[in-house]
Amino acid sequence: MSPSKQDFILAVEGLTVSFDGFKAVNDLSLYLEPKEIRVIIGPNGAGKTTVLDLICGKTKATEGSIKFQGKELTKMSEHGIVRAGVGRKFQNPSIYEDLTVFENLEVSYPAGRSVIGALAFKRDAEVIKAVEEVAETIFLTEMLHQEAALLSHGQKQWLEIGMLLIQKPDLLMLDEPVAGMSVAERKKTAELLRVITENHTVLVIEHDMQFVGDIADRVTVMHQGKVLSEGSIDHVKQDPKVIEVYLGH
Amino acid sequence: MFADYSMPELMSIFAMQGFAGLSLFSIFVLMALGLAIIFGQMGVINMAHGEFMILGAYTTYLTAQVFESVMPGLYGGYFFVAMILAFVVTFALGALVEWLMIRHLYHRPLDTLLATWGLSLILQQTYRSVFGAREVGVSLPDWMMGSIAVTDLVEIPINGLFVMVLSLLIAFAVYLLMFRSGWGRQVRAVVQNRPMAEAVGIDSGRVDRVTFALGCGIAGVAGSAFTMIGSTGPTSGQLYIVDTFLVVVFGGAQSLLGTIASAFTISQAQSTMEFFLSGSMAKVLTLLFVVGILMLRPQGLFALKVRR
Amino acid sequence: MKANLFFEWLKSREGIYYLLLALLLVVVFPLALDSFRLNMVGKYLTYAFAALGLVLCWGRSGILSLGQGIFFGLGGYCMAMFLKLEASSPENTAIQSTPGIPDFMDWNQLTALPWFWEPFHSFSFTLIAVLAVPALLAFIIAVAMFKRRVGGVYFAIITQAIAAILTILIIGQQGFTGGVNGITDLRTLMGWDIRTDEAKTLLYFVCVGMLFVCLIVGAWVMRSKLGRILLAMRDQEDRVRFSGYDVASFKIFVFCLAAMFAGIGGAMFTLQVGFMSPSFVGIVPSIEMVILCAVGGRNSLLGAIYGALIVNAAKTFFSESFPELWLYGLGVLFIAVVLAFPDGLAGLYRRYVMPLESKLPAMLRRSASTAPTLPVEEAK
Repeated sequence: MSPSKQDFILAVEGLTVSFDGFKAVNDLSLYLEPKEIRVIIGPNGAGKTTVLDLICGKTKATEGSIKFQGKELTKMSEHGIVRAGVGRKFQNPSIYEDLTVFENLEVSYPAGRSVIGALAFKRDAEVIKAVEEVAETIFLTEMLHQEAALLSHGQKQWLEIGMLLIQKPDLLMLDEPVAGMSVAERKKTAELLRVITENHTVLVIEHDMQFVGDIADRVTVMHQGKVLSEGSIDHVKQDPKVIEVYLGH
Repeated sequence: MFADYSMPELMSIFAMQGFAGLSLFSIFVLMALGLAIIFGQMGVINMAHGEFMILGAYTTYLTAQVFESVMPGLYGGYFFVAMILAFVVTFALGALVEWLMIRHLYHRPLDTLLATWGLSLILQQTYRSVFGAREVGVSLPDWMMGSIAVTDLVEIPINGLFVMVLSLLIAFAVYLLMFRSGWGRQVRAVVQNRPMAEAVGIDSGRVDRVTFALGCGIAGVAGSAFTMIGSTGPTSGQLYIVDTFLVVVFGGAQSLLGTIASAFTISQAQSTMEFFLSGSMAKVLTLLFVVGILMLRPQGLFALKVRR
Repeated sequence: MKANLFFEWLKSREGIYYLLLALLLVVVFPLALDSFRLNMVGKYLTYAFAALGLVLCWGRSGILSLGQGIFFGLGGYCMAMFLKLEASSPENTAIQSTPGIPDFMDWNQLTALPWFWEPFHSFSFTLIAVLAVPALLAFIIAVAMFKRRVGGVYFAIITQAIAAILTILIIGQQGFTGGVNGITDLRTLMGWDIRTDEAKTLLYFVCVGMLFVCLIVGAWVMRSKLGRILLAMRDQEDRVRFSGYDVASFKIFVFCLAAMFAGIGGAMFTLQVGFMSPSFVGIVPSIEMVILCAVGGRNSLLGAIYGALIVNAAKTFFSESFPELWLYGLGVLFIAVVLAFPDGLAGLYRRYVMPLESKLPAMLRRSASTAPTLPVEEAK
């Protein structure tokens, strides 16, 4: 039914993490195909954010494996995982408020990542071009030389997405990208995500079901650290288990 | 180094040094309790903590002077009055400092550290101007003099014993207050989730002020007890501040029992080594040991693993 | 091409500030002050080295070290050990029971030079040690702490504890270190008497030169991508980590650099003042170095230098005239700089003086001959 193991860009198997006996994620398995948009939904405390934390190395797994393009991530350092091609956006927009939009993107540009490299780094034409391209994608061309602190909440979210894009990751993980956005901003973000998925695989956590319906290829429903249901949005919406714990409220 | 001593001698050396370590332990516990409340619960570094302790010591000294000249007959009981006064004075100063200074700095812990260092300089100079640069001491009431002979080689001074019992009592009281009273619950609620605590009607500003003042008040009581075993000078407080911070951090900042256990370990290690090495080397080794452990286990010895 | 860029930079606003400082230190002070006072300014400037390091480490990267005195002291002691060995030639120390070793060792019944003193016979080794010893200790501390993600107040307290340990160690081991008096009675550097007025004046200029080297290195680091990463790290450490950077290595780098700056400062102190003692190593001097940086403006390299000059000058003035007021003053300074003007003099300058400045005709700015009034204006 599913493609062979080699075709998955991300294969999570038997993933478990326990905090003093409490299993926030419990024997979870998840497979992502290249270029797919997968949305994880689930009630509060289901362990969604913890899954992203585990994949990007912020939290260390107690058991299980995470294979990304054939590499085992559970044993790699955080920056190693990023360099392997996994980008992560946090729930609250985390950008560098004291730097300009340009500098925010430039700091995220994947060159000069060692101490020596950063000292020797030059702002050459290639860097400027990459920054300008991304700025256009995230609707911030006009704001390029403003301090990031002056951006609106929605613009900050886009900037952080842009900071991921400039790293050219193969897998992009977004934690509630439209939280706190206006309706117009949500629309624009959905548009942005569609552009992004032309050449990235995207894993999103989201609450807004309208938005989920707009963007998701497949949806994974989590509950108490486990996968409750998986499939198209219509499939999970009709799954009685899902209705009971989540949509039925 | 053990070869020069006979076995019973060695035993009594350990016992005596162990007891000397216990007075150091009492000072550490008393000072660390206040710090553990302020730092552990509020995340505030109070570098002037030692000066609050010394304020308590000077209050005790003044009370003793008054008793001596006005009512020498009641001198035996001055200490209990002094202890209460010391608490009141330092509590009040603590509340004032919180209101003037600390409350503006809750989100900038490193800056609090610098500001309270400034406060400690001001307090030190004030003590020097008021009480002079020389150390002052109180004369102990009769019932506190002398010592209990346990064996013919081991003698335990009564004042040291008194201070130790006192420090354990205070530690127990703090435990009751923080973990068994409604007020302690409010403090912990504010620490864990400020907006939520405010939402359920806790006046978090007031909780902060009282917590800080209470930590200072305990330092005042510590200072009061300190006069029983040592003399007081303007900079006496500074001598202990680094050690005490290490005690608190070493024990795991949020754990009261951890604080006591670490105070015990550090004071015993230091005083036992002091007998065999020079005092300075004993201290160097103890501090190095603590710093080394903290580098291996930065969360302290008794911290819980929490999900962030 | 490169030279042109340099002159362009000099004509920029920032360039003018650097020129003004150079003018003040190289021309105005030497002309206006007698050699005693000039030597004193030289001494103040040695603390500015540590303050520069703190701008990078604390202001830029958010790592508060309360142990810069450790590195200042190590640099100073390295230099003092070399000078002491030169002053303790067998001829000079013929009356000792063991000639040829420093006097305090003889007083403490040592009969041979300890092994770790031996290499300090060599001047080139000493110069390397002034940089390498502080950097090495900083590296060990930084690796142990930052790899385990210890930061903030924990880092501050641990560096403070290490400063305390080092002081106790130096005082306790007086046979090896000169104890509480430190290493005193230093005379010549490679046969050149450093106690004369001419020597002190020359050393002042060397000190200013070294300070500018550190200043330019610091400015270069701040302007590089690394400088922006440090700032980013201070505000959003996780974001930097999850942008593919090994955050710890950047912190280790900046902490070691700051330690080296402080080490150079310590060595210049020993040369200009003629002794080194544990009173420049411990908790109190270390935290005073932080206040120099804070008064100048924790994010401003130039500010750190003015901060060092002004606070130390005030300290000298008060402790000469009103010794009791000084601690009050210093205490108030700590509190004020935190509560009222966290960006220090540089912040005040930016807010109040800069707007005035742009109103001045451009001509006047370029012919910056009224230079030395700058720090005074800032102080107000």
